[in-house]
Amino acid sequence: MEYEISLLTIMGISIIGALSLNLIVGFCGQISLGHAAFIGVGAYTSAMLTKSGIPFIVAVVAGMLLAGILGVFVGFASLRVREDFLAITTMGVVFLFMGIVRKQEFLGGEMGIAMIPDPGLGKIGYMVLVLLLAATLALFSIYLKRSWLGFTFDTVADDEDTANLVGIDVARYKLIAFALGTAFAGLAGALYAHNVKFIDPESFGFIESITILSMVVIGGTGSVWGVTSAAILLSIFPMWFQFIDNYKLLVYGGLLCVIMLFSPDGLSGLFGRIYNGIRSKKSNASG
Amino acid sequence: MLQVNNITVIFGGVTALKGVDFNVKCGEIMGLIGPNGAGKTTLMRVITGTVIPVSGTVTLENINLDGKPPYLRIRSGIGLSQQIVHPFRSLSVLENVAFVAGHGKTKNPLMSIFRYSRDREKQKAMKILQLLGIDKVAEAKPGNLPLGYLKRLEVARALALEPKILLLDEPLAGLNQFEAKQMADKLLELNHLGQTILLIEHNLSEVIRICNRLVVVDNGTRIGLGNPREVMDDPIVRSAYLGGSHHAAS
Repeated sequence: MEYEISLLTIMGISIIGALSLNLIVGFCGQISLGHAAFIGVGAYTSAMLTKSGIPFIVAVVAGMLLAGILGVFVGFASLRVREDFLAITTMGVVFLFMGIVRKQEFLGGEMGIAMIPDPGLGKIGYMVLVLLLAATLALFSIYLKRSWLGFTFDTVADDEDTANLVGIDVARYKLIAFALGTAFAGLAGALYAHNVKFIDPESFGFIESITILSMVVIGGTGSVWGVTSAAILLSIFPMWFQFIDNYKLLVYGGLLCVIMLFSPDGLSGLFGRIYNGIRSKKSNASG
Repeated sequence: MLQVNNITVIFGGVTALKGVDFNVKCGEIMGLIGPNGAGKTTLMRVITGTVIPVSGTVTLENINLDGKPPYLRIRSGIGLSQQIVHPFRSLSVLENVAFVAGHGKTKNPLMSIFRYSRDREKQKAMKILQLLGIDKVAEAKPGNLPLGYLKRLEVARALALEPKILLLDEPLAGLNQFEAKQMADKLLELNHLGQTILLIEHNLSEVIRICNRLVVVDNGTRIGLGNPREVMDDPIVRSAYLGGSHHAAS
């Protein structure tokens, strides 16, 4: 039972991490290869604060805030560079994060931070909290997509120059996407830190950024249920099948290639086409 | 209404516009014409703020637009239809126009998260699509539509801003004779409804037919301004269009 609880908790954290990146990449069309850095900011902030006696909830909110503020700073880069150049810039952020954290003694340096205090909810309570937060973020994402903020994100993702020429303050919208996405990444980090109770710089490296990006791309950028499904599959498969965990990068890389080649809009696009195909066949048959 | 004063634009040592000025009066259709490379689109970009002039000013209803970014100029009352169509391809035709019709809801990014309903904007968008005769394709994605529809979609989107002035950059380009006449008639209809229009166009017969006044630019300088017939009879303008030999011969 304990194993299943741990599995579901990790799954919930992965969903939060993937949906947070989906706000930036999927909704607003801004590529980010440095998302793990913001998860790390949330994890380190809440770990440090709870170790110094600050209540868990306050520490988590502080982790979200700091990650969101740093996200806005990185978002400023998106105002100057686009596409490939933005990808490289955000990739730099994750290396910068690791480089800084490794050299700071108060952050535990290479050794990381151990014995992160337990939130005191019990394993089941913590799992329920994580899953509730994941479900809330999924519902928030669905709401956001249908709100005028999401409508505007669609146009910025489509063509930001044209969005500017229909009166949209593109810069502010992009900064909001980065602020929201990175704040929720901070939430995922804080929850991760208090789940595993040990963090080090390697936990938030470039490979983790690509892992989260894989969940978004494989699920279908912009699709809430697609990204959630991909996060569930990609987080629990390596734990169910240990041999996958050993070849995790190979499997993720292979899946990314297959999806980009055969269904660039991810699993959501694939299932959408299958569903439409079945529906049109049915209507032809009845017609 | 729109006042363009002494605009000079230099691109890396090449003077694209040199001291151009003209004004567009409220309620008129003004044509901005000139041979290829004359500087018409550059002038349009100066008005919308995507090109910054080295000197000169642009004012709209006595409000100085200099230094304002493009989105603020648009919100000041300029509706732009671009020469190369740029629809939002992930949205339907109706959503393209409805999005712009909701410009009040997108003004404040932080507040836009609390705005949800699109019904009123969709109704308004449908009326604009009906006015331009493209309501039949309201639910279609722009990627599946011919150029004639996309050109009208550009105009519809600009109209959805309820602009004080509509800037149209070659809305007839790429259309056949019938489509071009239809589109020009629509522009005339809009003008009769009170819309002020600045029209860049190469289709001279339609320009002369629908415009109240013309401004002509060539090699970055203004060479003509006034009534369409008088401007087109000006030997300097004819020379710019037909070459120096024609001028000499005539």
